Amino acid sequence: MPAAGVVMIIAVVLIVAAIVVYLLATIVALRKITAGLDDAIGGVGEIIQKSEPVAEVVADINANLDAGVDLLEGLLVKKAGLTDAVGLIDGLYPGAAAAGLRNFPDAKTIKAPRISEVYTRGTLTLARLGREAPIAAASPNGPALRNPAYGSSAARTLYPDGRELHARALPRSPVIGTDAPVQYDPSEEVGGPRRRMPATSSPERS
Amino acid sequence: MTLEWIGDVILLVVLLPVIIYLLHGVLGAANSIVPSVGRIARAARAGSADLDAVPLLLTTQDQVVKTIQSAANYGGSLDVILDDAEGA
Repeated sequence: MPAAGVVMIIAVVLIVAAIVVYLLATIVALRKITAGLDDAIGGVGEIIQKSEPVAEVVADINANLDAGVDLLEGLLVKKAGLTDAVGLIDGLYPGAAAAGLRNFPDAKTIKAPRISEVYTRGTLTLARLGREAPIAAASPNGPALRNPAYGSSAARTLYPDGRELHARALPRSPVIGTDAPVQYDPSEEVGGPRRRMPATSSPERS
Repeated sequence: MTLEWIGDVILLVVLLPVIIYLLHGVLGAANSIVPSVGRIARAARAGSADLDAVPLLLTTQDQVVKTIQSAANYGGSLDVILDDAEGA
């Protein structure tokens, strides 16, 4: 065999050997990839299975919360009026009035009364629970309606006719002294049975 | 004879390096995918573990319903107790 043929055979063997080595390494790497993808697919399957009911549950929660928002917004506006409602919201959550009310688009254009600057939150709640206390009824630029020095009299003006501060007529005190209608003589009663009231008469004394 | 030697040189100097270069690229790409797949698998397992709390949404759903019912009852009572605002 000529030398050139031997060299060619060696070259072909080298090429085939290189192909075999690299392809075997590639096969090993691809098997690792397959195993990893199987693991990942298992995890993704669990994610899909676990998240399947989420959309339905969250939609139900959102629907209930929407109903709650509609209820509370409607009640607040119905009872306090749109302007005072915006003022109340802005008093409790400063800056929230800018977002307005979801079901009342006009709320965004209302200038919120400065209710929280006049009343604290607790007072605000109690005043609102009263007979439509005239909080912030005047212009926001006007003076505060509450008089801090005479708070009780200011609160009393909220009920000009409704509340009774004390009983109209109290029982009279008993009359004592020489002019009393019922007289008590110790010299007659000491040691003996108690003298009856004038309406009842004792036969031994008469 | 000369042509055989030329063929041998082409095989050894041109074809063998090209084949090795191409196969080395394929092997390098396959090996680079392996750690990425491992990270994807770990992320999927972690995501699945994070979703173990999903059943608590049912409790949240139930609590939301009860809360809204309470608010509705309370609002209904307030609607009766309090006067409406003027013009409302």
